[in-house]
Amino acid sequence: MTIPEIIGLACIAAGIPFFLSGTIGMLRFPDIFTRLHALTKADNVGLGFLIIGLCLQTDDWFIVIKLVLIWVLVLTASSASCHLVARRALQKGIRPWTRE
Amino acid sequence: MKMLLTGFDLLLALTLLWLAWQLLRSTDIFKAIIFFICFGLLMSLAWVRMHAPDVALAEAAIGTGLTGPLFLAALRRIERKAGKNMMSEPAGNGEETGSRWKARNREMSPLLWTVTALTCCLAGLLIWTVLIIPRPLPGLADQVAGSLAESGVNNPVTAVLLNFRGYDTLLEVMVLLLGAITVWSITHAPFPPRVPDTSPVQKAAVRLLLPLICLIGGYLVWQGAYQTGGAFQGGAVLSAALVLLLISDFLWLPGMRSLPLRLGLTLGPLVFVLLAGFGILVEKTLLRLPVEYAGPLLLFLEAACGLSIGLTLAAFFAGGRPASDLRETPYSGEAKGKGPAES
Repeated sequence: MTIPEIIGLACIAAGIPFFLSGTIGMLRFPDIFTRLHALTKADNVGLGFLIIGLCLQTDDWFIVIKLVLIWVLVLTASSASCHLVARRALQKGIRPWTRE
Repeated sequence: MKMLLTGFDLLLALTLLWLAWQLLRSTDIFKAIIFFICFGLLMSLAWVRMHAPDVALAEAAIGTGLTGPLFLAALRRIERKAGKNMMSEPAGNGEETGSRWKARNREMSPLLWTVTALTCCLAGLLIWTVLIIPRPLPGLADQVAGSLAESGVNNPVTAVLLNFRGYDTLLEVMVLLLGAITVWSITHAPFPPRVPDTSPVQKAAVRLLLPLICLIGGYLVWQGAYQTGGAFQGGAVLSAALVLLLISDFLWLPGMRSLPLRLGLTLGPLVFVLLAGFGILVEKTLLRLPVEYAGPLLLFLEAACGLSIGLTLAAFFAGGRPASDLRETPYSGEAKGKGPAES
């Protein structure tokens, strides 16, 4: 196993906790806004680590470009859709959760 | 590694079954649609695991990416028409609906039992059929591989779909056209009229994504000749771009000219029929393509079909014809305005 592959594996392993905490957050957080907050962590950082890890496993530059493109697209789509969900929730009069 | 994959497959199958059950028993339509979308995404993953990337791509693009929004649009129209918002129904109201459902289900129990029994019979029959499939699988894969050189493309799926069994695809394209005609006959879009209220973030994201979506749609059509892809997948991606334009109010439907739309909708079927006629004239057989020109002809056909399929699916989403296409004033519910009807 070469050094880039080991670093890649480490990156993938580093990404897993973000997905895990994002999932737990989405299941356990009290309201829609905090859940969205948890979800974006998985999309942004978790997927980023995963992409970096996968990029280090391949020799083909074309695949690296495709992987990075996937990350950028997911970033754009997820931030825009999260914004839309939150906006709609606010329009419907759902108040953000606060500790009493 | 093998065990890990088997475990993954098992988990996937169980999740699919669970999602299907949740989808069916959910009394909240919005929730059911979300379950349907999740089901479609996981289903396309299952197709990938079964080494059928073409079906996976079609499932992800058409089965999920487009059917989900279609359902959501339909739900929105039902709500508008009913004058209430089912999406934001408080929990109490939802429970009431649920109990009503349950009451009705109890009433229908003989029918339900019959349906259950028939479903079990069907499931048993399917399981039995799968068990008696002879192995190795009989099929035409070898024949297709043998005559792939004559088809003009390198992808066996495209070769079968557009060349060897072009007749089936011709009919499919016609069915889509028929669907578009039906949708256009029902009403005009947007129905009911809506006030544009688009978030600037959404507009910016659509501006960013749109060129890429068009590129990917075209790439999928082009790629169909030698890899996974083709007119249906490319067309579905193209229609996603159109749907994004529609929901972001970039395309103003009431002012849209209908002639270019009509031309676009019929382009694919028209090219297909012309090719079929060309086959009769030159090769003396319906849809038979001359071997030396098959490649370019198929690419041309796929591009035309991809464009038409994209437009057709987007027309389904828009849910009606553009208002400029109407010869009478649109039906408005209470006041039946009689326009200058052309006879």
